[in-house]
Amino acid sequence: MKVKNVVIAGLGGQGVLKASDILADAAFRAGFDVKKSELHGMSQRGGSVSSDVRYGDAVLSPMVPPGEADVLVVLEATQVEINRPTLRAGGVLIGPDLLDPEAFKNKKSLNVALLGAASTILEIPEEDWLAAMRANLAEKLHKLNEQSFATGRAAALARSSAT
Amino acid sequence: MTGERLLLSGDDAVALAALHAGVRLGTGYPGTPSTEILETFDRLGGQAQWSPNEKVALEVGLGSAFAGARTLVTMKHVGLNVAADPLFTAAYTDILGGLIVVSADDPGMASSQNEQDNRHYARAAALPMLEPIDSQQAYDFTWLGFEISERWKIPVILRVTTRVCHAKTIVRPRATAQSSPQPSFQRDVPARVMIPAYAKPAHQRLRQKLADIAAWNEAEGPVRLDAGDSKLGIVATGISAVHAREAAPEASQLTLGLTYPLPLERIRTFAAGVERLLVIEEGDPVLVDSLRAAGIPAEGKPEMYRFGELNVARVRRILAGDTSPEPAPPKGKPPELCQGCSHRGVFEVLRDLNCIVAGDIGCYTLGVLPPFSAMDTCVCMGASIGVGLGMRHVLPEEQARRVVSVIGDSTFVHSGITGLAEMVYNPPSTGHLVLILDNGTTAMTGQQEHPGTGRLLDHSPTGKISFEALGRAMGIQNVHVVSSQDKEQSLRDLITGLLAKSETSLVVTRQPCVLAAPKIRFYEKAATGQTTPDSCAADVVD
Repeated sequence: MKVKNVVIAGLGGQGVLKASDILADAAFRAGFDVKKSELHGMSQRGGSVSSDVRYGDAVLSPMVPPGEADVLVVLEATQVEINRPTLRAGGVLIGPDLLDPEAFKNKKSLNVALLGAASTILEIPEEDWLAAMRANLAEKLHKLNEQSFATGRAAALARSSAT
Repeated sequence: MTGERLLLSGDDAVALAALHAGVRLGTGYPGTPSTEILETFDRLGGQAQWSPNEKVALEVGLGSAFAGARTLVTMKHVGLNVAADPLFTAAYTDILGGLIVVSADDPGMASSQNEQDNRHYARAAALPMLEPIDSQQAYDFTWLGFEISERWKIPVILRVTTRVCHAKTIVRPRATAQSSPQPSFQRDVPARVMIPAYAKPAHQRLRQKLADIAAWNEAEGPVRLDAGDSKLGIVATGISAVHAREAAPEASQLTLGLTYPLPLERIRTFAAGVERLLVIEEGDPVLVDSLRAAGIPAEGKPEMYRFGELNVARVRRILAGDTSPEPAPPKGKPPELCQGCSHRGVFEVLRDLNCIVAGDIGCYTLGVLPPFSAMDTCVCMGASIGVGLGMRHVLPEEQARRVVSVIGDSTFVHSGITGLAEMVYNPPSTGHLVLILDNGTTAMTGQQEHPGTGRLLDHSPTGKISFEALGRAMGIQNVHVVSSQDKEQSLRDLITGLLAKSETSLVVTRQPCVLAAPKIRFYEKAATGQTTPDSCAADVVD
């Protein structure tokens, strides 16, 4: 499979790196070559954070070149525009506006909800997503995050069928 | 090789290889992007410990290697400056157990004060250097580093960069772990006592070792050849090699693993088979200069690509000879001191008192940004004290009296104690004030322990250095501790009073890092046996 490029972005503390860990692990479990890259260090101090995940038959650079992301997942509305240049023409943006803030209360699992939305266009089997979530999250958070994943997935499917 | 397939960061891959290779001791000082190596090594069951600074870490590591144990020493690029003194003479000695010094460089300065290129250290100290391109090579080269180190009785530098350390890629580890022999002291005075009489022949031996390693590198060193179009030949190292493969998949490429001493004849042969030879390297023109000095006609990158990281887009521009201005990267939201951070109140006081602040390295360097704008210098670990004293010595009195040195707890232990000695020994006529912002952890790098916390790398209890007792013992005239219970007004009054005196002063502001506080409480309870066996620190903060 041609390399799939995903960029996940947001602010420090939102779970950007955790989301990219889950995605990379899911792709890894699905048998793909995977590379994931981000900058640590300042991430806990509230600044902009982004993480690149690439998977396919053979991945070379761990960083998604500008304008080559197939999917851009953004957890914070203010971070959409600064990350948009990473998206290729025809690439898919998944932003926090996908979820109705009144209906979606689990802000801490927004990262996983948006992964659920992304899962509708990424070729990774559902069991690998679930296994990756369980491996990367504390047990007490499993149920909540599985619900959020399903919520995000349903929202993305509803939107794509509406357009 | 086993069928086992793992997704690991480069740091974790080094740690796993160290465990498999039978490393008996890992030492280091935290520094992005190297920190996770020792943390993972500890988690996997290895013996890992933080030293006060990189110099001490390397000295402890050298002793361990002299005693015959395989040893891993880790640090970030600027840490190797601190450890340079033992490094250069360790190169002259014969070590018994393999010794790898990890230099984790930060091109682009994701979390550093400079982007120095530590490939220069291999040449300057005359030590072999391995540069992995991904986590698999980080694993393999850790093994290889120990083999080279023991075969030639020489320390080996494993140079990694941010995008190798923190990128996760797939690793297939070796099938079998190796147990290392029991260390046992073997006296070898000429090989380990570097007085001139022994160091002169030792230098000759070192150059012979390098010549032998170069010959080995020519014959069987870790070089990868991707045969391709003869129009373009690329020579690359480290992470740049994968960017280059992606940017120019049709080109012939020679990727070097042992980048010092270089396999120059292999490169010369490769060069002879291509029309255009281009060196793709991040940072300084180290490799291209070496090739040119050897008479190999190589093309380097335009000067503008010396700055910052390389990536696929930039390598494409280098290949095209494009020197037009690059699009400015989008400006993200800068980091800031956390809400509830104990440093905030201190910087508000320093700002309001219009202090001239000699700052240091850590989270609190963010005090330079609005709304505080309360830092005037930041150079290297520990520099706040010396720089503050220097300004005090020469500024007119009205300005000198406003100079304050601000340093964090971990940074103070790392490099601040000698600064206090300087203050006591050469006090400026207006005196001086040093503030230690003690938040009980090495916060910036992810909350590591240090000798001032009283806990080891694995958070179990150990001896603890008291900064206030140290200050008093050193003869500082005024020593105060301000705890979190004290009001900000009292800190303001205290600082105002001390700045008016022409005496030496040390104030320790003590309040735990807001991110680390729950874990610190957990460790303290664990030390007194108050926790349940199935609770763990990870549950304290989610």
